[in-house]
Amino acid sequence: MTDSNSGDKEKSWPLRTLKSALLRIIPQILAITAAFLVGAIILIVTGYSPIDVYAAMLQGAFGDEYGIGQTLTQATPIIFTALAFLFAFKCGLFNIGAEGQFLMGGFAAAIVGISFSELPAPIHILLAILAGALAGGLWGLLPGYLKVKFGAHEVITTMMFTYIATYLTSYMVNYPFKAPGWVAQTVPIADSAQLPRILPPTQLSASILVAVALAGATYYILQKTTLGYEVRASGLNQSAAENGGINVKKTIILAFILSGVLAGVGGAGEILGVHYRFIQGFSPGYGFDGLAVALVGGLNPLGTILAAILFGALRSGSMLMTRVTHVPSDIVVIIQALVIIFVAAPRLIRYLVGRRSKT
Amino acid sequence: MMGITKSFSDLVANDNIDFVVEKGEIHGLLGENGAGKTVLMSTLYGLHKPDKGRILIDGEEVAMESPAVAIKHGVGMVHQHFMLLPSFTVSENIILGNEPIKNRVLIDRDEAHEKVENLSRKYSLEVDPDATIDTIPVGVQQRVEILKALYRGAEILILDEPTAILTPQEVDTLLKALTELKTQGKTIILISHKLKEVLKICDRITVLKKGKRVGTVNAEETSLPQLARMMVDRQLTKTFEKKPFEDKENILGIKTLQVDEERGLPAIRELSLIVHSHEILGIAGVEGNGQSELVEALMGLRKIKSGEILLKSKKITNLSTKKRIREGISHVPEDRIKRGLIVDFSVMENLILGSQGDKPFSRNGLTIDYQATAKFSDEMIKSYSISTTDRNSLARNLSGGTQQRVVIAREFSRDPKLIIAYQPSRGLDIGATEFVRSKLVEARDRGCAVLLISADLDEIRSLSDRIAVMYEGRIVAERTPAETNEEDLGLLMTGGKT
Repeated sequence: MTDSNSGDKEKSWPLRTLKSALLRIIPQILAITAAFLVGAIILIVTGYSPIDVYAAMLQGAFGDEYGIGQTLTQATPIIFTALAFLFAFKCGLFNIGAEGQFLMGGFAAAIVGISFSELPAPIHILLAILAGALAGGLWGLLPGYLKVKFGAHEVITTMMFTYIATYLTSYMVNYPFKAPGWVAQTVPIADSAQLPRILPPTQLSASILVAVALAGATYYILQKTTLGYEVRASGLNQSAAENGGINVKKTIILAFILSGVLAGVGGAGEILGVHYRFIQGFSPGYGFDGLAVALVGGLNPLGTILAAILFGALRSGSMLMTRVTHVPSDIVVIIQALVIIFVAAPRLIRYLVGRRSKT
Repeated sequence: MMGITKSFSDLVANDNIDFVVEKGEIHGLLGENGAGKTVLMSTLYGLHKPDKGRILIDGEEVAMESPAVAIKHGVGMVHQHFMLLPSFTVSENIILGNEPIKNRVLIDRDEAHEKVENLSRKYSLEVDPDATIDTIPVGVQQRVEILKALYRGAEILILDEPTAILTPQEVDTLLKALTELKTQGKTIILISHKLKEVLKICDRITVLKKGKRVGTVNAEETSLPQLARMMVDRQLTKTFEKKPFEDKENILGIKTLQVDEERGLPAIRELSLIVHSHEILGIAGVEGNGQSELVEALMGLRKIKSGEILLKSKKITNLSTKKRIREGISHVPEDRIKRGLIVDFSVMENLILGSQGDKPFSRNGLTIDYQATAKFSDEMIKSYSISTTDRNSLARNLSGGTQQRVVIAREFSRDPKLIIAYQPSRGLDIGATEFVRSKLVEARDRGCAVLLISADLDEIRSLSDRIAVMYEGRIVAERTPAETNEEDLGLLMTGGKT
């Protein structure tokens, strides 16, 4: 520790920041590499050529404009849910209920999208996103309140609120808001509520711009504001935060609300930008992917974007891969799981790296 | 135990200690906090290996490698913090690790029940074998711990500060039970810093001071003053030059304060106190006599039951911690890692904790002005000689003394009216200790009121303008440094004199 610091002294601080940023992302890169290596072994064992498979995957995810568009489309919702997980995590909270907040946000946005038809587009979109933010925020506030008031652990409550959100929205689109026909979905939202597509014919919408902006905002709030300071202080050491006059309970509630808002806006973006209506089961577990992506992104808002793109690429790349190599797309799920395992086990990586550097 | 030496990094906790206990006696092990009592007994119980020294039981050398070995040789220990499973019953806890078995795999509950009842009757330690631990009072839980040790065949029973957590009635019951155990042939080692009870039931008493054995005396041949003298440190390190001040005003006023601890038992009983400007008021006392609760009540970190707290005749009893800080209360907490610092924050971030929303660190209360913060940090690093590579280093990577400098810099630079300093030099080396103490005197000379709470009599005596002694949640006496000495204070703070 002291060795590397003394060496840094002569360098100017931008260089040092760059170096420390690089140092911070090395474990992530190693984890991802290790996951792909183990994935390759699995492919070899099952009789496929890892080179062909990975090449097809890469081609599918980044090979042309369409692939890139699909990759980013897949990445967008998980940027939001990862930010939601990250924000609560910085306050020492384990919000694993981003899925529920995401669904509630999506549903609220759909209702607002359906309800008005005479509004000018920017205002309608803004209103719908706001509704998504409010609904997501409410779905964050509830477990936050239960924790502060009754000591209910947020891992349990956020999980349970996710079930409530899943079945509540499911009920809504099966009964009161069901569109005519067989599918459990709402009627389409008004044209004025649709987020513009930015790379047709892919489904990539302006939602990704919102995601990137919110990643920036999350970074700014956490690092530059007193609220962020108090969130991080409460997350790292409640006793010292209290002693410094921070109202830890209030901070926990606020962190939960903002966490829910981030997920809720994500749900809204998905409805307004991709599906144009709320369809039952439109989220294949974006909320849970968010948790993994936040960890793979090193719990850094900007790292989150990169990690989300990786996960998006795995998803979009799997389609071409399946078509070309006939490898079942499940291999993607395996690689995702491996990435998570290696990221979640930094000591394993350190052990592997430590051994290599010794020999 | 012969020539036991044990150090933890730089700290020598036990320095070549000879400790002999005879069969069938109650032996008191006396000493201040940090004298090395618990370390010595943990060594006997096999919890850690001594660096040097031998342990002999019945004349036979034993390598105490683990508690299991200790238990095999008949040594049992009841820790200060109980090691019971709260949701298990009394008998389940007692048999844990040595369960009677029937049909090879099943626990024989009837036999367990019976064994526990027999033990309980034999040693008149009354318990209900079927009650779950979390439903019974602390005094009974302690009995369960003792029974657990006896169940495992303990002949030598070590009790670490057994009375610290008990009500006076429970203490009486415990002392009676220990005497009963003695008559049944058990050997008991009682770790304590309460002179009266030690003198009451022990046959012999060994006193430790700063890791060394001061001596062993027969209870019949000694007296409270002699023990107090042996226990507390006699040499005064350094006295501080303090300017006399005439026109003092009341800064902190505490009126009949009552505060409960976690379990709802009174921790502070009708305590009243005044601290003036230009004054260091030292509160002497053995830890656990309500000091933590007092500090937390003053900082607004703990609810009070009744009473009033005034700062410069303004009532602050119901103000939040944040408002109290703004009113001019600074706090150097007892535990700088837990309360004082956020160790994963940088030095800079730690230096503004408590003022993060105030000028100059935040112009609007919403965003932090990192330019002003950085400038302030560099000033503090310089004027308080905080040895760190730069302001962005994590507090975690600093030495204990440097961490305390960060706390002091933050708390003293706010220009406080009142400084609460709780064990401010604990765990620091001589240089850092001197620094902390001189800063306290400086603040006093500037006109600050300082409430110094410490178990270190040296510190109290060399710094205080007035000394108040705290015992069992009360101020039992007030003295000026000139009219008291260690023996007097030692007796007062151990309840030996009222």
